[in-house]
Amino acid sequence: MIEQALSGLWYGFGVAFEPHNLIFCFIGVMVGNMVGVLPGMGPLATISILLPLTFGMKPVGAILMLGGVMYGAQYGGAICSILLNLPCHPPHAVTCLDGFPMTKQGRGGVALGLTVFASFVGASWGITEMIFLSPLLVKAALQFGPAEVCSLMLLGLLAGSTLARGSPIKGVAMTVVGLFLGSVGTDLETGSERYTFGMTELDDGIELIALALGLFGLAEFMNSVNQVAPINTKYTNVGIKDMRPTKADMKRAFFPMWRGTIVGSLCALIPGTGPTIASFVAYATEKKISKHPEKFGTGLIEGVVCPEAATHSSVQGDFIPTMSLGIPGDAVMALLLGALMIQGIVPGPQLISQHPDIFWGLVASFWIGNIMLVLLNVPLIGIWVKMLAIPYRFLYPSAMFFVCIGVYAANNDFFQVGEVAVIGLFGYILLRLGFHPAPILLGFVLGPRFEENFRRAMLISRGDILVFVERPISAVFVALCAILIGSQIYFRLRGAKADLEPAAENAVSGEVPTELAAQRVQTTPAE
Amino acid sequence: MRFSTSLRELIGKRDFYAGGLMLLLGLGIALKGSTYRAGTLMHMGPGFLPTALGILLILLGIAIAAASLAPDGADEHGGNQSLLPEHPQWWAWFCILMSPVAFIFFGRYFGMAPGTFACVFLAALGDKTATWKGTIILATVVTVFGVALFSYFLQVPMPILTWRGEL
Repeated sequence: MIEQALSGLWYGFGVAFEPHNLIFCFIGVMVGNMVGVLPGMGPLATISILLPLTFGMKPVGAILMLGGVMYGAQYGGAICSILLNLPCHPPHAVTCLDGFPMTKQGRGGVALGLTVFASFVGASWGITEMIFLSPLLVKAALQFGPAEVCSLMLLGLLAGSTLARGSPIKGVAMTVVGLFLGSVGTDLETGSERYTFGMTELDDGIELIALALGLFGLAEFMNSVNQVAPINTKYTNVGIKDMRPTKADMKRAFFPMWRGTIVGSLCALIPGTGPTIASFVAYATEKKISKHPEKFGTGLIEGVVCPEAATHSSVQGDFIPTMSLGIPGDAVMALLLGALMIQGIVPGPQLISQHPDIFWGLVASFWIGNIMLVLLNVPLIGIWVKMLAIPYRFLYPSAMFFVCIGVYAANNDFFQVGEVAVIGLFGYILLRLGFHPAPILLGFVLGPRFEENFRRAMLISRGDILVFVERPISAVFVALCAILIGSQIYFRLRGAKADLEPAAENAVSGEVPTELAAQRVQTTPAE
Repeated sequence: MRFSTSLRELIGKRDFYAGGLMLLLGLGIALKGSTYRAGTLMHMGPGFLPTALGILLILLGIAIAAASLAPDGADEHGGNQSLLPEHPQWWAWFCILMSPVAFIFFGRYFGMAPGTFACVFLAALGDKTATWKGTIILATVVTVFGVALFSYFLQVPMPILTWRGEL
C-alpha cells in the first residue's frame, strides 16, 4: 500500500515538474496569493474567472493552476488578518484576534514569519494525509453501487449545508435550490427539456461559470460596493528581517502548530467542515488547553499559529473526498470538480486509476506550490501590502470586465453573460435574506450525478426505496445523515431553552463577529 | 391588539421573507415540475426529482418562516434583521447589474473594445466617489489591457471593433 503510494508520488513529481505544469502551478499560487490579500476578492470568484481560460489547456495543467489559486489564497488571507485586522477571508477571521495585537506591538513580522512556517507544516500534513488516505478510500469506494453513491452524496450534501456557516435549515434550502438548478436543461435519460421555458440556450443547463460568477462575483460586488472602509496601512512596513522569529518564539509556537494541524486534518475528514470551522475549533481548543486563557486576544503567538496551521491542513485535506470519492466538501471543491467535468473527466473513485497523472500530479504540485509560496511570501509581502492600497472603486469594475469576458469566452455566447446578471441579482437577494449561497454550487455540481445514481438505484431495486437501508454501507451513510439532522435539531432545541454550554466553535464564532462587525468590511463567502 | 403587534413584528423579520421566498420558489418548481412526466419509482420520468425538490423546498420555506415566529426569535444573525442594508445603494446596484447588460449590447453590436469600455465605465459609476475623468481613465486602461489579453493573447473569437456584426 505504502509502496504503491510512494511510486504514485514519484510519478506525480514527474508530471508536476514538466515545465508547462510548473509554470501553471506558479501562475496559480501567485494569483491565489494576490487575491488572498485583496479584500473583496475570494478564491471562488478568482477560480471561476480563470476557469474559462483553462478550456484550451490540458486537464492536468488546468487543475494544478486552479488548485494553486485555492491554497495560495490561504497564504494571502493571513497577511490581511495580521497586518490590517481585516478578516478578508472567513478562515482567517480568527487570526485577527491575536495577529493584529501582535502587529500593534511591533511584532507583526514575527507573526507573519511564523504563520508562513505553520502554514507549511499544516499543508504538508494535509498532503501526506491525502497521499495515504485517498487510495484507501478509493479501494472502499470502488465497491459502491448506485445506492451507496447516492446515500454518500446525500451525506455530503447534508454535511456541506448544515455544518457550514449560518443557519442549517437555510443551508439545506440552498442545497435544494442548487439541486434544482442542476436539473435545468435536457434530461439525460429521457431527453426531454426541463425548466427551459422555450429558451434553447438553456438546453445544456445553466452554465457552471455563470452560476459561480453570479453568486460569488456579482452578488458580492453588490454587497461590498461603497461599503469597504479605507484601509489603514499604518502598520504595514514589514521587512524580511522582522520576519525572523526568535528561538523562544519558535519554541512557544511548536506545539500549538501541531495541535492546529491535527485539528485541521480531523476537520477535513468530516465532509462539510471546511477550513473556516477548522480554524475556529483550533483557536477554541488552544484557548482551552492554555494555562492562561485570559491572555488570548492580547497578541499571543499561539493564537496566530494554531488556527493558521489548522486552516492549511484542512484546505489540503479537503481535496481527499473531492479527488477520491468525487464528493466535494465545499463550494471551492465543487468548482474544481466542475472544472474537471468540463474537461471531460468523470470524478469518482475511478479517477486515480484512470487519470493517475491528474491525481498524483496534483498531489506533487501541492508540495511544489507550497514551497513556492513560502519562498514567494517572504520577499513579496511588501508588494502584496502595497496592492492593498488599490481602492475598491478600481478593483470591482475591472473584475466586472473579467466576469463578463470570462463567461463569454466559456462558450462564445452572450446569453450566458445575461445569466450572470440574473443570477447575481438573485444571489444578492439571497444574501440580504441571510442565506449563504455556497451550498447552491455544491448542489448544482452534484445534482445531475445524484439524479442519475438515484434513478439507477431505483431501477436495480425495482422501485424499492428501502434499498438505501437494506444495503449495509448505504445504511451507515443514511444513519449518519439521520444523526446529523437529529443533532442539529437537538442543539437547536437545547440552545433555545438555555445557553448551557454551546459547542466550542459556537463560543468562538459568537465572539468573533461582534468584534469584527465594527469593521464594516465584507467577508467573501468563499471558504 | 396582541395579534397586530406580533404581525408587525413578523413583517419586520427577515426570516419571514426568506421562508416566503423559498416557499414561492418551491411552489413554482413543483407546479412546473408536475407538468412533466413523473413516472414510477422504478422508471422515473423527468418530472420526478424536480417536483420532489419543489415540495421539499416548500416545506423548508414553511420551516424557516415558522422559526422566525418563535417567541425568542431564535435569531442567529445578530440584531440585523432589516431587509435593506443601512445605506441602500440603489444607484450602485443598478450600475453593477447593468454592466453585463451593457457588455452584451455593445459587445454584440460594436465589438469587444466598446463592450469592455461600456461594462467597466458603467460599473465604475456606481462608486459614490467616482469622477467622470477617473472613470473614463479606468475604463480606457482596462479596455486596452483587456483587449490585448483576451483578443491577441487568448484568442477569444470576438471582433475588437465592428458595426452590427453577425455574431
